[in-house]
Amino acid sequence: MSRKLLMSLLLIIVLLVTACGRTAPAGAPVATAGAEGDAVVTVESGGGEGEGETAASEVEVFSWWTGGGEAAGLEAMIAVFNEKYPDIAFNNAAVAGGAGTNARAVLATRLQAGDAPDSWQGHAGQELIGTYVAADQLEPLNFLYEENGWLEVMPETLIPLISQDGNIYSVPVNIHRANVLWYNPTVLEENNVEVPETLEEWFAAMDALKAAGVETPLALGEQWTTMHLFETVLLATLGEEAYNGLWTGETDWNDAEVTTALENYARILEYTNSDASALSWQDASQLVVDGDAAFNVMGDWAEGFYKELGLEPREGFGWAPVPGTGGTFQFLSDSFVLPVGAPNRDAAIAWLTVAGSKEGQDAFNPVKGSIPARNDGDRALYDEYLQSAMDDWTSNTIVGSLTHGVVANDSWKSELDTALGLFLANQDVANFQNALSATCVASGPCK
Amino acid sequence: MNMSRGRYWLYIPLFLMTLFYLVPMFIMLNTSFKSFSEVSLQTMWNLPSGLHFDNFKEAYTKLAPHLWNSIKLVIPASLISAMLGSINGFVLAKWKFRGSDVIFPLILFGMFIPYQSVLIPLVQFMRSIDLYGGLPGLILTHVIYGLPITTLTFRNYYAGVPTELIEAARIDGAGLLRTYWDILLPLSIPSFVVVLIWQFTAAWNDFLFAVVLTSPENWPITVALNNMAGSQIIAWNVQMAGAFLAAVPTLLVYLFLGRYFLRGLLAGALKG
Amino acid sequence: MRFNRDSALAVALVSPSILAVAIFVYGFIAWSARVSLSAWKGLLPDYTWAGLSNYAGLLADPRFHIDVRNTLLFTTLFVGGCLVLGLGLAILLDQGLRGEGFFRTIFLFPMAISFIVTGVVWRWLMNPAQGSRLSGLNLLFDNLGLDFLINSWHTTRDWGIAAIAIPAIWQMSGYTMALYLGGLRAIPDEVREAARVDGASELQVYWHIILPLLRPITLSAMVILGHISLKVFDLIVAVAGKQLPLDVPAIYMWTTTFDGNFYGRGAAIGMMLLLSVAALVIPYLIYTTRNEAQL
Repeated sequence: MSRKLLMSLLLIIVLLVTACGRTAPAGAPVATAGAEGDAVVTVESGGGEGEGETAASEVEVFSWWTGGGEAAGLEAMIAVFNEKYPDIAFNNAAVAGGAGTNARAVLATRLQAGDAPDSWQGHAGQELIGTYVAADQLEPLNFLYEENGWLEVMPETLIPLISQDGNIYSVPVNIHRANVLWYNPTVLEENNVEVPETLEEWFAAMDALKAAGVETPLALGEQWTTMHLFETVLLATLGEEAYNGLWTGETDWNDAEVTTALENYARILEYTNSDASALSWQDASQLVVDGDAAFNVMGDWAEGFYKELGLEPREGFGWAPVPGTGGTFQFLSDSFVLPVGAPNRDAAIAWLTVAGSKEGQDAFNPVKGSIPARNDGDRALYDEYLQSAMDDWTSNTIVGSLTHGVVANDSWKSELDTALGLFLANQDVANFQNALSATCVASGPCK
Repeated sequence: MNMSRGRYWLYIPLFLMTLFYLVPMFIMLNTSFKSFSEVSLQTMWNLPSGLHFDNFKEAYTKLAPHLWNSIKLVIPASLISAMLGSINGFVLAKWKFRGSDVIFPLILFGMFIPYQSVLIPLVQFMRSIDLYGGLPGLILTHVIYGLPITTLTFRNYYAGVPTELIEAARIDGAGLLRTYWDILLPLSIPSFVVVLIWQFTAAWNDFLFAVVLTSPENWPITVALNNMAGSQIIAWNVQMAGAFLAAVPTLLVYLFLGRYFLRGLLAGALKG
Repeated sequence: MRFNRDSALAVALVSPSILAVAIFVYGFIAWSARVSLSAWKGLLPDYTWAGLSNYAGLLADPRFHIDVRNTLLFTTLFVGGCLVLGLGLAILLDQGLRGEGFFRTIFLFPMAISFIVTGVVWRWLMNPAQGSRLSGLNLLFDNLGLDFLINSWHTTRDWGIAAIAIPAIWQMSGYTMALYLGGLRAIPDEVREAARVDGASELQVYWHIILPLLRPITLSAMVILGHISLKVFDLIVAVAGKQLPLDVPAIYMWTTTFDGNFYGRGAAIGMMLLLSVAALVIPYLIYTTRNEAQL
């Protein structure tokens, strides 16, 4: 028996030694791969701007577009890039993660280790400004906007939302709308309910649905989707100006109007499904698809989900602005930035030029299911919903989304999220308002 | 052992528990054969309308390039940490030196650090020793954070080996290395199996270290699996197919080595 | 001690491990400790001294109170559940039934798959929808006529975290079973026989003889399971997303650090986790060393 053990032991040792032996040569290509990566770094740490030519043969772009239409859209845009800059290799460093959470942790550790990619994705607005501009990590891009005439083709109300002190810090590639009310046309028809346009009409509609036996008129999902709903209710109750003021300190969070907004929000929550916290946004949309719920408030990426299920616009699913927010386009946008000391600055600028171009945006957006940030996109490429969104984008007033990083910086948003979570647990409006007000003071804008 | 007639009822709880352990696997496999539109909460128990092998094909094309990275990562990571754990365990159990009783708890405590909280210094340190981005750095990380459990396992196992054996060898003039090589190592196979399986599983399933320490061309399969899901629409059928594919190697290890794993535990490894 | 040259060799053999642990464990802990005493908020390091303000902030933070309660509850249920289920299964398998190997393998399977994957399946299984949208396990219970088992899982008010312990137990109880089975097999048959001869019933044999002998295994299992429990993070996020009623320190640490840029606060949470682990582990270490001294 012990002989046998010894033999198998020897076998293990042999395996071990050969495996170690094997890892050395197998590790060799890894090491050289690392060395290639390091070559880029060497250029950076060498600080030699002159070595830029060799380095410009590559551009590393970091994003969280790894799956589905997003990844396909990115590929389409990369194809445009390769065509225009055939001698720059595109290094796609995409990391997935729900709403980019994992991706952001990876990016944060990379930046702190001094290993910045050439460009990265971020939600346009305070998410980028509050985190990266505040840390002096980004170059202003006004020169690119001027060179390419982007100021003329992007909505006037958009620019201040992505700027700080007159400097524009990112190139928005796509636009999504946050304040969309999705509905099941059949459910509304069967119960003789019109699509509501004001909050009061919405409440009436949901009461009618409830009376008619629809258990949950409004489908809701996990915590971030409740924040998404929250921002649209704030907008609907306060109106554009006061909503914008919330984020600059001009509107007092202790205002009676805000109390009304919070009460409206609490009231709306009563129409939602009790299992909300267990559902992803897709599951919540599914409730509308199946007719278990009549409404859902979600960003317009939901359209991609409905289409993926084979539903026809207007027949299988309908859309309208969230009641009380007609004429306002609450937007969010994925954008790309130019870091200070980008390892391959010229290549990064080339990428940003493509990202802001009509060609690049028209390649990306139809596939991703979003609209271009520019107002001169080729309408023929977009479907019925997206065309309506393009119309609204150019004609509506534009305000920013909270949940998706436009109006509040990350620190503020994460504190708001905690306050919201506590409110969902205890439903105490007064307490919620105090907490919201406190986050505003702690985060700067409010005194 | 002869089974008396009255003990057949013992199978009832065993079969119930088998269901408990297998139901999630069933859901995973069941979903992975469905088409996108068939995937919904209400229909999760329904069998797929047909076997959509294309889910597996799609998942495989996305995962395959990273499979080899995982293999190159897991084999050295588990072997090296097992070797080191065995040596540490031997010294700390049978060849104590001044202070060795303090060393053991200090190493063991390393098991408890929350990995999320050390990501930043970890990346900075790896960069400073030039191991950031590639597999060697990730291997090193797994080896080091595996040391507490491997050392614990071997030390506890060796502690059960009669000291007389060691004394006898010493009297025969055997030094430390010879004692280890001739006496303890041949006895340690069960522990090796336990530790190798444990480390294999940990390294194979790890996502956190991999995603922050390696660059895209070196990503192991877990990062690729996570990347299959976009941030917005997730095709669960393909995701489940991918999850199953990614789990196949560990499942095989358990299937074929599970017996030895048990035997290792039976032989007293991990005994308090 | 007696062999000086070998003692030097012994030190030399373990020193690489000691060095590695010194850097990767204690060095990084020291870094965390320093950050936890700083005012670092924002992307770039800021080591401005802030004293214990991050800790004070946490002690007054209602979210952290929820976290502590959830962790205590989760740990108790998870560790307790694994131990009870593991021991039960081990005793069953120790009866020498046919097919033991098959069951053992099945029970160990869940350990092979990562939380990231199994979490999603459990999210579906534990869907809490009621009425016509019944799904997951609730639907199964309904079809089997086990209506009384239908419940709202992790959306249960105040006790939702208990439901999260189920997938965790599912994953780790097989391993606990294996540990106990190892322990049971190591107990010589004579011990049981002697007790039986003394007239002890089977139950008494287990209660008075076997269980005390298994105590060291219970302790090791508690340490291993306990540290998994305190660090639980991806399982909860996969099953239930990030939501306050199911928040635990590890999730708070992650979100406040990487979503909110509150690095100082994140590090303080990490340190609190470590301190609580130390409170748990150090008595265990003292116990084991003392026991060995007696041998």
